[in-house]
Amino acid sequence: MFDWFDSDVLLQQLLLGLSNGMIIALIALGYTMVYGIIELINFAHGDLFMLGSFLALTLVGAAMNCGLVDPALMGESSHWWLLGTLVVVCGIFCGGLNLCIDHFAYKPLRRASKLSQLVAAIGVSFIIVNLGLFWGGLPMEVLGGGGAAAAPKDFPHLVSDVNLLGEESFVVMTWNDVVIFVVTIPLMIGLTLFVKFTKLGMAMRATAQHATAARLMGVDVNKVIAATFAIGGFLGGAASVLYANYNSTVSFQMGFRAGMDAFTAAVLGGIGSLPGAMLGGLLIGLVRAMSDQYVGSEWTNVVVFSLLVLILIFRPTGLLGLKQREKV
Amino acid sequence: MSASNSLLLEIHELTAGYGSIEVLHGVSIQVHTGEIVSLIGGNGAGKSTSLSCISGIVPLRSGAVRFAGESLAGVAAHAIVKRGLVQVPEGRKIFPRMTVLENLRMGAYARTDRAAIESDLEEVYALFEILKGRSSQLGGTLSGGEQQMLAIGRALMSRPKLLMMDEPSMGIAPLLVAKIFEAVKSLRARGLTILLVEQNARAALKLADRGYVLETGRVVLSGTGAELLSDPRVQAAYLGE
Ligand SMILES: Nc1ncnc2c1ncn2[C@@H]1O[C@H](COP(=O)(O)OP(=O)(O)OP(=O)(O)O)[C@@H](O)[C@H]1O
Ligand SMILES: [Mg+2]
Repeated sequence: MFDWFDSDVLLQQLLLGLSNGMIIALIALGYTMVYGIIELINFAHGDLFMLGSFLALTLVGAAMNCGLVDPALMGESSHWWLLGTLVVVCGIFCGGLNLCIDHFAYKPLRRASKLSQLVAAIGVSFIIVNLGLFWGGLPMEVLGGGGAAAAPKDFPHLVSDVNLLGEESFVVMTWNDVVIFVVTIPLMIGLTLFVKFTKLGMAMRATAQHATAARLMGVDVNKVIAATFAIGGFLGGAASVLYANYNSTVSFQMGFRAGMDAFTAAVLGGIGSLPGAMLGGLLIGLVRAMSDQYVGSEWTNVVVFSLLVLILIFRPTGLLGLKQREKV
Repeated sequence: MSASNSLLLEIHELTAGYGSIEVLHGVSIQVHTGEIVSLIGGNGAGKSTSLSCISGIVPLRSGAVRFAGESLAGVAAHAIVKRGLVQVPEGRKIFPRMTVLENLRMGAYARTDRAAIESDLEEVYALFEILKGRSSQLGGTLSGGEQQMLAIGRALMSRPKLLMMDEPSMGIAPLLVAKIFEAVKSLRARGLTILLVEQNARAALKLADRGYVLETGRVVLSGTGAELLSDPRVQAAYLGE
């Protein structure tokens, strides 16, 4: 295999990497925001993302059953309204669920040791994975395949598969790629502006920088933490729809890998940093695509894990992270 | 001395602590409207704990804290700020990666009167002119003295009735300390009531209408600033005479 010199292959992998990278970045934001505020690695975040994609699949199935969309037209014509609705609904679902997770699992442990909180997060992760397994056993498959609870399920392309670069082009770019950028870029810009300029966004930054001082200035820190979970969850839910649509398959175990990628992205960018999570997500997406092509897809998880270990050893503050954590 | 005699803050037999350790063993302090009251004492006496407890950061175990006639027991820290009781914390605790302006705006977080916030901002800039030129500089890059001014300015932005300051002179060059104490005086002249915690006992007692001496979680002495300054026990223990 000497694809190294084939610029078409390289271009295709770049596009794939960027598209998946944007999705990873969206998930990574959920990790980094929560960590920035309560120094908790929310292990359940990737699994929450999985649950979002299950809801999306269920809703697609429901839309088909109700005759709102024609299964035969999947991938042929574009169902923008369905995709848009799913992004919003799954975003709200995951945001709300994340809010509940914080309230019932993490909030009671706010003053407990970091280890207890981490164990709670791992516990929540297990619970969600098993919820996913249960959900997968419900009759939810849409286009056949994946009848068994644990089996991966096909997810249809909700927008057209027509190659936007022309029928002859070797490199394929469809609306399924474009839609990722159309959704993620405004979300990221919106989040950045929100954090920079709104009162709640300012309170989030203040709480992340000095929680006690924020309380002394009149910030209800519990509310800010709840908002952080809700926003992070929303982004994860939106990402889950894009992911399912782009990669055409969902499974109850997919949260682990997505979570690992996103967590690595957050660490790579500098955990706690929003631009860092965005940059890290893109880089991890590219690394995965390049590794899939030039190293071998069976090695890609190894590559990503190794990268995580290397960052933690040589540059634990990440690319855009603070040189040194200010400690109180 | 005090312009008015109405009781603004009343702390009665306050006990508080951390975990199994009790740090305050029944502290009673009163602050009247318009007064500057100093709280002095050595390291670990419980001065900061007293302020944290009043601010709702450390829960009170027994006793009472009443502010403007209402009990603060069980009131959340953020709600206490809304009532007009704010603290300039020990070590300044400004938000390092927020600009000076953003730090000041955080001080006004509990407020909704936009126009008044803008005019208060100008007042803070007038009080501490250095801050104005640095409004877009990150808080963490300010010098210690500038950070202290920012911390005071930030607290003022909440438009408090009572300002509590925890060792504003700590780790700051004498020239700046004088400036900060000047500012404290001018704030009182404008009618602000101040509870000042200081290790720099001489400066604090000179400034204060009244003072309290705290030792290992108990008030051991109290009186007017002048009385305490001339008290032999205070002189021996805190004034190095
Ligand atoms: N977060 C905490 N956890 C446990 N113990 C604490 C904590 N904060 C303070 N203490 C203890 O409470 C006691 C009083 O501390 P406090 O900070 O109130 O003293 P202070 O009078 O402000 O001293 P200083 O002048 O050094 O600031 C000390 O013995 C201190 O060790
Ligand atoms: Mg102290």
